[in-house]
Amino acid sequence: MDADQIAKMIEEKFPDQVLGTMSHAGQVGVMLKRDRVLDVCRFLHDEPLLRMDHLADLTAVDYSAYAGDTGPRFEVVYNMISTAFRHRIRLKVRVPEDDPRVDTVTPVWHTAGWHERETYDLMGIIFNGHPDLRRILLPEDWVGHPLRKEYPLKGY
Amino acid sequence: MSSPDTEIKEIVQKEITLNMGPQHPSTHGVLRLVLDLQGETVVGCDPRPGYLHRGIEKWMEHRTYHQIIPMTDRLEYISCFNNNLGYVVAVEKLGGIEVPPRAQFIRTILAELGRLSAHLVWLGTHALDIGAMTVCMYTLREREQVLDLFEIVTGARQTVSFARIGGVRNDLPRDFIDKCREFIDQFPKRLEEYDTLIRENRIWLKRTRGIGVFTAEEAVNYGLTGGTLRGSGVNYDLRKVEPYAAYDKVEFDVPLGTHGDVYDRYLVRIEEMRQSRRIIQQCLDMIPPGPVTTPDPRYGVPEKATVMQNMEALAHQFVLMSKWVPMPKGEAYVATEGPKGELGFFVVSDGGGRPYRIKIRAPSFVNLSAIPKMVTGGMLADVVACIGTIDIVLGECDR
Repeated sequence: MDADQIAKMIEEKFPDQVLGTMSHAGQVGVMLKRDRVLDVCRFLHDEPLLRMDHLADLTAVDYSAYAGDTGPRFEVVYNMISTAFRHRIRLKVRVPEDDPRVDTVTPVWHTAGWHERETYDLMGIIFNGHPDLRRILLPEDWVGHPLRKEYPLKGY
Repeated sequence: MSSPDTEIKEIVQKEITLNMGPQHPSTHGVLRLVLDLQGETVVGCDPRPGYLHRGIEKWMEHRTYHQIIPMTDRLEYISCFNNNLGYVVAVEKLGGIEVPPRAQFIRTILAELGRLSAHLVWLGTHALDIGAMTVCMYTLREREQVLDLFEIVTGARQTVSFARIGGVRNDLPRDFIDKCREFIDQFPKRLEEYDTLIRENRIWLKRTRGIGVFTAEEAVNYGLTGGTLRGSGVNYDLRKVEPYAAYDKVEFDVPLGTHGDVYDRYLVRIEEMRQSRRIIQQCLDMIPPGPVTTPDPRYGVPEKATVMQNMEALAHQFVLMSKWVPMPKGEAYVATEGPKGELGFFVVSDGGGRPYRIKIRAPSFVNLSAIPKMVTGGMLADVVACIGTIDIVLGECDR
């Protein structure tokens, strides 16, 4: 299925959750409110026409240094593909700096567990309901989240 | 009547926690697994990656698009060119940059040679871990030949930094095609040689059959990719799903396993090597003449010979390499089929000369997350077989 059509399906199913869609280089991203991310993901995974069974990647971007960006500071990004239909879609969720929380999607994809741990470790996003949210790449007693833009390149 | 001496008391079974790694010969680098053991049985496993974390993603935000290419060599350091390729393909997608056909074929040849190099190291070390020592001696001999071929083209054996945004660094040298043909002609015989050593070896079968089993559905849900996923019978190979380079112009099969155990993944990777050879052979036959970098002066690096003689070309190269290339605002996630699985680059650009954010989706990292499920309930000795079967490289896992 076309990525635009998938975006439309999400919008029809969750009209109050979609904030907008954007596309670049033939790839489509759907911006969501953070309230019902898990429901949207479950829909994408279970819907027989979509079957987004492979969560390729989950990460976050810190938009605090992006010229002209006025939205909440962090953006959690989900890249997924269907191994059967081979169509892709990208979901994006903005979370503010003072409350960097979003629901975990581990009930849908087991692989999200480690991606979310990494995102927590390096960017400081907290995933509600994650079964085991610990640091993964950095030592347990590390202070700070290195991929945030204010973190100096050579450490403190 | 029993005397107190012969009375059998209940044996107190105590769980012990064992650190496997980070310094352990079978962990393929600096991997550390914390294992909970009940006797010889593994009852819990907690992988602790990160010993090789160098903050590459953070560094990349402070480098121009071209300066990042050498950093990608340090990800999956067994087959460096595949990382170069994954990165430049993502940037080309982001910027909408066309790559000339000859460069696409050169990329395909080198990417498949890289896959051979990675799979040969995997086969050798995997067999070595399980106890078949001889295989390693043979596979490293062939890998040496692959590295020699890389040296002819790129001047380096491992960290090649050969891909460029919009093409490759230089054309193939005159003697490369003959030497490469010579290698791929003798390769099937060599492959047969080590395949016969272990394919029907009873010890090998006992150690690998029914170990580390993943059903197709579980494997996809765990995010497994590459040979690790295809061993479970899921037909997902990014060279077919979203063809890049010249993969849409060559014919090859995607081998699939049925049982999803260590043995099937072994069969899949062995067959992948045959297919890689087939791809290289077709590319050598079909490679068209023409330029090897994009003619678009905003991105195309001028040829080295011109740079040495022409002032403008020198200045052009200097600006492209040290200052910046104009990249449009936007973002792109592009995945390529690395030797270990789906190597994805998510690049965000704010229109400047440096990427705003790069996320590397490392297949080794995601495949490692499946280890607890593979080893729990099995024997301690099988942990080693499971580490070998996911074909982990820690440089890529920890980034």
